[in-house]
Amino acid sequence: MNKSKLSLGPLLFNWNSDKIRDFYFAIADEAPVDHVYLGEVVCSKRIAGKNYMLEAIERLENAGKKVIISGLMLVLDDRDLRVMADIAEMASDYLIEANDMSAVSLLWGKEHAIGPFINIYNEATLKYYEAGGAKRISLASELPASSLRTLAAVATAELEVQVFGRLPLAISSRCYHARAHKLNKDGCQYVCNRDPDGLSVDTMDGQKFLAINGLQTLSYTYCSLLAELPEMAEMGINNFRLSPHDVDMVRVSQVFRDRLDGKIDAAQANDALEAEMFAIEFSNGYYHGEAGLKQISV
Amino acid sequence: MTKLELVSPAGTPAALRVAVDAGADAVYMGFRDETNARNFPGLNFSVDELAEALDYAHAKDAKVMVAINTHASAGNSEPWIKAIDNAARLKADAIIMADVGLLDYAHRTHPDLPLHLSVQASASNAVAINHYTREFGIRRVVLPRVLTVPEIRDINGKINIKTEVFAFGGMCPMAEGRCSMSSYITGKSPNMNGVCSPASDVSYVQQGQNLKTNLSGFTINEFGPNEQAGYPTLCKGRFTANDKTGYLFEEPTSLNVTDILLELMEAGVSALKIEGRQRSKAYVREVVQNFRKAIDAAERGERLVIEMDNLSEGGQNTTGAYNKKWM
Repeated sequence: MNKSKLSLGPLLFNWNSDKIRDFYFAIADEAPVDHVYLGEVVCSKRIAGKNYMLEAIERLENAGKKVIISGLMLVLDDRDLRVMADIAEMASDYLIEANDMSAVSLLWGKEHAIGPFINIYNEATLKYYEAGGAKRISLASELPASSLRTLAAVATAELEVQVFGRLPLAISSRCYHARAHKLNKDGCQYVCNRDPDGLSVDTMDGQKFLAINGLQTLSYTYCSLLAELPEMAEMGINNFRLSPHDVDMVRVSQVFRDRLDGKIDAAQANDALEAEMFAIEFSNGYYHGEAGLKQISV
Repeated sequence: MTKLELVSPAGTPAALRVAVDAGADAVYMGFRDETNARNFPGLNFSVDELAEALDYAHAKDAKVMVAINTHASAGNSEPWIKAIDNAARLKADAIIMADVGLLDYAHRTHPDLPLHLSVQASASNAVAINHYTREFGIRRVVLPRVLTVPEIRDINGKINIKTEVFAFGGMCPMAEGRCSMSSYITGKSPNMNGVCSPASDVSYVQQGQNLKTNLSGFTINEFGPNEQAGYPTLCKGRFTANDKTGYLFEEPTSLNVTDILLELMEAGVSALKIEGRQRSKAYVREVVQNFRKAIDAAERGERLVIEMDNLSEGGQNTTGAYNKKWM
């Protein structure tokens, strides 16, 4: 699995600029990841006032990381469209990751990346996006191994699968963070910045159910496909996405790198990850064709 | 101003005849398999039943649209290709699709078959819609239920195909076609299986005076003796976040746009879609009759507000994202 590459997905949470800058500096200096996706994908309201981007890009590139710019996953109004047009203009300097059909359209015919928020469930759809210039395709986490194998067999683009972190499950124009604080979206007071890994949602019986992150709904569990990495590599999937959380992502990425390099086995890797994040529930159900929240023993 | 077309659901051939007789301009239906997003037991049409439905509807000047709006699964596109070919052969008035690979196939193979972009494609802006129009020749887009009326007006000014919006019935608070909450909890999702919060995973538990509704073992809601218990759709339950318990995602409520028909017309909307292929004939009849009246009144510039609380989930109505306050 030595040719397998690790990528750090776009930060889904509304951290402040200083925290984001420090985070990417640490990733640049210490994390064994090859690609780093930067940019706001959840809510265009969060973009104003953030000023980490140029410094983060410079530090990451100087450290030899390849930077990819991610676009919004739900594009509704003129503000969102302006954001996407600005990002698309960077396409000559950076690979841009489209997460909405508007971005696909703006990037059509140029080399670009397709993010996991674009629906690709079958070969014909995969081929359509490849024909439009997609060089990297990050597949939806809902897909079972059988679909991944079928898609990998026909893909010419580099395929990527999320192997760590809360799973993005839904996006809305309604802000659930604002709603949980009895606010509305226009007057949200940016309350999503209080929960660096999302806000847990429990059932009335206290069962851990989901997590919310502004307009986005995430899984309660954190996906971990440490045990499944060799099988995916054997399918021809060579890019593995770690979704950033407010944990030691340098250490997390080292665990995945060591596993890919065969330095540790699945059990050792799981132990190392759990030592880092002892209170976290992990899941791998989707990969095994089950409910996403399930943890299947491999 | 455009004349609003009334598009009714039909889960069965009998419901289709009821919808046509009640005044629907068009009826949408699906085949009896995973190729449509209401793949429920006992519902939907065989190929022969579609042929009969087309004859019945055309005789009364109504249209029949075929929803083939799930995603073909990897390595098994046959059911979807067959559904498209059958709809084309029978000269359905349109097919409603979301999958890009299938849109590409339908456009190349059956250039005369009108294609509508399903709400499941989640095309929420003019740039995206124009891409689908340019690439696949779609003639109509069903807009996702995440847009305000001013946003819809703006989109209509920037595209040159018709827009259809949801007018009544169950309402996803999430962008449609981009939600896998159901498969995270149950293993089955709208995109992959044509179902959300499937009945096979639902249970009801009486605890003292209260009734709990469960989905795959998760408590979705708990109702007191004086509350009307609703179906445990997983985004319509009561949950706890930030130490508060309530309807975090959405109340058990139905969309009803009868009081904003004039605004939707002014925003350039061409067609109104009623949700509910899983609903009874009686439901279809009453909703279609009411909307027929409301649309005909709107044509005369009159506002006819029809509550239909008896037909609504939880007896409540909302105009959803059409009004920005909802967000």
